[in-house]
Amino acid sequence: MKDRLKYVLLIMSLVLTIAGIYRGEVAEVLQKAINICLECIGIG
Amino acid sequence: MASFKRRIIQVTSTIIGNGYFEGFAKGTIYRGKLKSVCFPGLNCYSCPGAYTSCPIGSLQSVAAGLKYQISLYVIGFLMLIGTIWGRLICGWICPFGFFQELLYKIPSKKLKMPKTLNTLKYFFLVVFVLLLPALSTNEVGIGLPLFCKYICPAGTLEAGIPLTIKNVALRGAIGIMYYWKLMLLAITIVFSILISRPFCRAVCPLGAIYSLFNSVSFYRMNVDGTKCTKCNICNKICPVDIKIYENANSPECVRCGKCVDKCPTKAIKSGYINEKKGRLNHEKILDVGCGADNCN
Ligand code: SF4
Repeated sequence: MKDRLKYVLLIMSLVLTIAGIYRGEVAEVLQKAINICLECIGIG
Repeated sequence: MASFKRRIIQVTSTIIGNGYFEGFAKGTIYRGKLKSVCFPGLNCYSCPGAYTSCPIGSLQSVAAGLKYQISLYVIGFLMLIGTIWGRLICGWICPFGFFQELLYKIPSKKLKMPKTLNTLKYFFLVVFVLLLPALSTNEVGIGLPLFCKYICPAGTLEAGIPLTIKNVALRGAIGIMYYWKLMLLAITIVFSILISRPFCRAVCPLGAIYSLFNSVSFYRMNVDGTKCTKCNICNKICPVDIKIYENANSPECVRCGKCVDKCPTKAIKSGYINEKKGRLNHEKILDVGCGADNCN
């Protein structure tokens, strides 16, 4: 049962990642990450 | 031997993840394309040396943005890492986990953390990482990465301190929130000297996510019930204070492998276990009987 579950999770994780890439989230992550996050450093 | 190998991997991942030395020298951050990829451990993307993104920061920033409430890209990535390795990342890759381990080496009185605090990290994950950034939006619909803003000491250590030392403009903007986060970092440091990995166990939302996969991941721990004498040596050296013979793939186990090394009867194994065959795939034969994991 657990053996099958891990394969299901593996496939689901790939599907979700690809869906996220397809709907343009990579650009959104990049946009946030290339600017200094003021909240992270305690200024924002 | 495994502990030496683990130390080398911890040092390497910390240096590779934060190898943009120009950022430290100039008080800026790396702005290249690699930043669209998440680092598997907790590593602030505003660290001057960071080449990649923090998955917890990215989860919040997408949720706080205008387009989506949840990031499929980051969730999928974390599921992938969790399904393959579970919390092995916490024990071997995460720079902030490594930082806490080094602090715990400082000689001092050592304390045990109450087990009930283990559940706190799920609260931080659900409330500060998933719900509040998506729900507490301003009039134009933009939220805030609230875990980063109010809680995360890794951001202060890796980004806040080095950036404000080198960057005059940022230094000029220091206010009450900066001191709040500095205080949280100081508390984390003091507790990490007294208690083993307190942030990983009680606060880290990334550890909370990976912990959900420990019981199903490809990489797993196994205790051979026919060899284990329950001598408790594993419990005494365990950084997260668990009895692995009770649940070989406990959500708390960071898979550091200390118990594998120290077990006097060699009952504990770790690796990519084929559950059907009841053995680790790098072993030819596992002794008769089923391990704690397979008996679940
Ligand atoms: S049970 Fe073993 S592998 Fe898991 S955290 Fe404890 S010592 Fe490390």
